[in-house]
Amino acid sequence: MTSPYPFAAIFGVLIVALTIAAGLIWLERRLLALFQDRYGPNRAGPFGLLQVLADMIKIFLKEDWIPPFADRTVFVLAPAVIVVAVLLSFAVLPIAPGIIVSDLNIGLLWVLAMSSLGVYSIVLGGWASDNKYSLLGAMRASAQMLSYEVFMGLSLMGVVLLAGSFDLVHIVEAQRHLWFVIPQFLGFVLFLIAGLAETRRIPFDLPEAESELIAGFHSEYSGMKFGMFFVGEYLGVVLISSLITVLFFGGWLGPLLPPLLWFFIKMFAFICFFILVRASLPRPRFDQLMAWAWKIMLPLALANLMVTGAVVLAWGK
Amino acid sequence: MFSLLETIWRVFLHAFHKRVTIQYPDQKPYLAPRWRGRIILSRDPDGGERCVACYLCAIACPVDCIALQATEDDTGRRYPAFFRINFSRCIFCGYCEDACPTYAIQLTPDFEMGEYRRPNLVYEKEDLLINGPGKYPGYNFWRVAGVKIGGKDKGEAQNEGRPVDLHTLLP
Repeated sequence: MTSPYPFAAIFGVLIVALTIAAGLIWLERRLLALFQDRYGPNRAGPFGLLQVLADMIKIFLKEDWIPPFADRTVFVLAPAVIVVAVLLSFAVLPIAPGIIVSDLNIGLLWVLAMSSLGVYSIVLGGWASDNKYSLLGAMRASAQMLSYEVFMGLSLMGVVLLAGSFDLVHIVEAQRHLWFVIPQFLGFVLFLIAGLAETRRIPFDLPEAESELIAGFHSEYSGMKFGMFFVGEYLGVVLISSLITVLFFGGWLGPLLPPLLWFFIKMFAFICFFILVRASLPRPRFDQLMAWAWKIMLPLALANLMVTGAVVLAWGK
Repeated sequence: MFSLLETIWRVFLHAFHKRVTIQYPDQKPYLAPRWRGRIILSRDPDGGERCVACYLCAIACPVDCIALQATEDDTGRRYPAFFRINFSRCIFCGYCEDACPTYAIQLTPDFEMGEYRRPNLVYEKEDLLINGPGKYPGYNFWRVAGVKIGGKDKGEAQNEGRPVDLHTLLP
């Protein structure tokens, strides 16, 4: 079921994903302002939409500086890795029937593998900066993302068991009668938390905690290299929201409206939820974060997997 | 755990609250009458300058942004030959207004003084003087002060008795 026009699909997905990621600059600021009784950027263009353009021009004109003590090659490479890794995950994302770059039969595994690769960007960036705050941020990031990836994968196995496939298109098709959020509610909650941790957004932004580590792993980055980390983070938000939509909320499936519209409605609902969570929750301590992952989330994910497996075994497909 | 969900819900409800932002250039904020903004020099009700060039404001100024030079007209009335405030230094603390013995220097509720060139922020006496008494409409320093100037001799000020003739106090 790979798209009949592969190049159109590739460029379409690239352009849409990057545009949404850029638009999130505006959306996030407007929504944060909304939750904080302010207006947010509303002066540049209609509804302040040209703020995106202004921010982009600004970040392109910033001095692109590499510290003399940094490891140049790795320092330059690191920001690219995260964007590439996240964009590669979009390749297997089914947006609507026929709109998918590559219909891999191990799609879900591919996504999990790529999100693991994303950790390298942060660890290498923090290491190459040769700065204690960057290094601390990178260490936190590697520990946090490894811990949360363990039960992120496990929380999705329930969905895989129910759908009987790693193929994301099959997973969406299997939800024609019942969205997986109902039989797999625990898996959904676990994946939501793991997804928040994977994107390193505010309740889980320990790798870049401003109040403790200046800017964590990207303290030494400026200009468009910093911009790439930023784009990578927003692309991660888009990816996790799309994954939640595809895995638990029936992807493009929905009555009346066209499939493409359903997908984007669901995806933007989760993006807005991510921003709402950012507006409301404080950052936990690092030991609390690790204790949560290993003592609560991992056993819950394992229990969820075992119960789902038993139910599937007992009742059959 | 549930407190987290409650937090998220309450923050969400803030989306429907009243905005606290004042959309400044379109919508002017309320400034209290005693707001400390642009500094002016006021005049007596009869139109003369109130400033007597005593330098107290220049001494009180913590950032040394006030410069003036005292002089006297032929009636013996003191006034500043020049009076200069460098608003790029001024911190609008209002100490000059507190120090002024004649209510001449006053701060007004106006802050829209943006300039593209820094020298334009240096205000001379003609920029500072206004045609009115400012916050103290009836006050006239030279009418209440016991100082002799042209047209007003000793003892002719308001509530001032005639000077005592020292020779009548002899035993």
